[in-house]
Amino acid sequence: MALTVSRPKLNWKERIYLPAILGGMMITFRHFKNMLLGRTKVTMQYPEEKWDSYMPEHYRGAPALVRDLSGRIRCVACQLCEFICPPRAIKIVPGELPGDDKFAKVEKYPDEFDIDMIRCIYCGMCEEVCPEQAIYLRKDYAITGFTREEMVHDKAKLLELGGVMEGVVLKWNEKK
Amino acid sequence: MDYFYILTSLAKIAALLAVVLGLMNYSVYAERRVSALIQDRLGPNRVGPAGLLQPIADAFKFLLKEDFTPGHVNKFYYWLAPCLAMIPAITTLAVVPFGSTLFGLPMVIADINVGVLFVFAIASLGVYGIVIAGWSSNSKYPFLGGVRSSSQMISYELSLGLAVIPVFLLVGQLRLTEIVRYQIEHGWMIAPFIGDWMNIGKWLLAVPMLISFVVFTIAIFAETNRLPFDLPEAETELVGGYHTEYGSMKFGLFFLGEYIAMITGASIIVTLFLGGWHLPIPSLAGGFHWTYFDGSGEGWRGIAGGLFNIATFFAKVILLLLVFIWVRWTLPRFRYDQLMRLGWVFFFEIALVNIFVAAIILAYFPL
Repeated sequence: MALTVSRPKLNWKERIYLPAILGGMMITFRHFKNMLLGRTKVTMQYPEEKWDSYMPEHYRGAPALVRDLSGRIRCVACQLCEFICPPRAIKIVPGELPGDDKFAKVEKYPDEFDIDMIRCIYCGMCEEVCPEQAIYLRKDYAITGFTREEMVHDKAKLLELGGVMEGVVLKWNEKK
Repeated sequence: MDYFYILTSLAKIAALLAVVLGLMNYSVYAERRVSALIQDRLGPNRVGPAGLLQPIADAFKFLLKEDFTPGHVNKFYYWLAPCLAMIPAITTLAVVPFGSTLFGLPMVIADINVGVLFVFAIASLGVYGIVIAGWSSNSKYPFLGGVRSSSQMISYELSLGLAVIPVFLLVGQLRLTEIVRYQIEHGWMIAPFIGDWMNIGKWLLAVPMLISFVVFTIAIFAETNRLPFDLPEAETELVGGYHTEYGSMKFGLFFLGEYIAMITGASIIVTLFLGGWHLPIPSLAGGFHWTYFDGSGEGWRGIAGGLFNIATFFAKVILLLLVFIWVRWTLPRFRYDQLMRLGWVFFFEIALVNIFVAAIILAYFPL
């Protein structure tokens, strides 16, 4: 059924449109003026201005390996994170510490530790599952690279991102 | 033909072209920045300080892109159309006086006695570029754009021509330099403060002049395909209209031709209604009166005056361009039938009645 829509009756002022056009132009001019005077909030100017300082404590950025206070890699290559990792981004090759090593009591350490940052979904399960508190999600979010190979963080890169973590578990200390 | 005339003309052409092409590039930049500011954004601010090198980056992008010609087009006209869109817009500038005199030379390339008729004749050739582009592209949307463009031009050229007749009734000349000269002596067309400004006829005449100014400006909007009248392009309904099938520098020529047409239109408006290169300066020496600088002084005064006049002219043009941009980012596009109705039912009649009003005022209040 065809429905006749009643259109609003315009008075003469509305029919010549000019007041409405001028009104519209005043609105756009006000926006223009407020932008020029810097009264309008605009987006963050990304490369110059970063939101690092506004980041919450619980932010989950790139995962990284940490060292303890005496410089030992905390990871003992138990491979729990490799097992739990939902996108299977982590690859660990465990190695044995030689008998004359300063930390020989710990026995195991990761020979290779790769995290494929194209696969990583920043879920934080590796951090949660780690019995040694060796892997942490840091606040780095701009992970870039020109090739797929560059996007794989190896052990050196992960340790560089992680740095030294103080406090928390020190259960190997008396056995070292 | 003496060599001096030819050489100075060539120098003037080169200088004007350089200024206008620069102005064109930066009007594209201004369009992007002003539209951004109006919409609470920042716009291009990455290339160079405050994004000021953006036009150069744009030009490089256009020039370095692959120049692709689709297989289904009519090759000859497809290549001809962008040139036809660009050339009339630039040619029109030849008759516009953009300054008084500099080193004793009149700052107009061709001071011909048909003045504004030449402008109309050449400016309306601009539609051929669009129509041929739309037709030779051999696909639906460009064709619709071309057809729309031609009908729009016909409807708005009428009111464009009729709107300037009151000016010629008053001045009695078509030569654009004479129109500027008249405005220097008697005040700008829409604000006649100079000369014998107590004369009531002059102020009565300012009313039809103001109407002429508004109609002419709106017709220029339609003539240059600017929003609210950008029906031939209409990105949202015709996916770009007549230049849908164009890419790289061929599209660039259409795009820049449109901005050149805007600059030309603004210069014509400035010359006809806003006093051209003239800027009145109040003077108290020997009673209050208006004075002005021009290039007729001795030595450096003449040169400074001439340069000042050129700067004044381009400042007025730039202000008008900013208004063009401002309007574009305020008003929505007209529907096609509304556009036609506006052209034929309103502006045509208003311009026609306006001529009679101006003629009657001129007859009863001799100036």
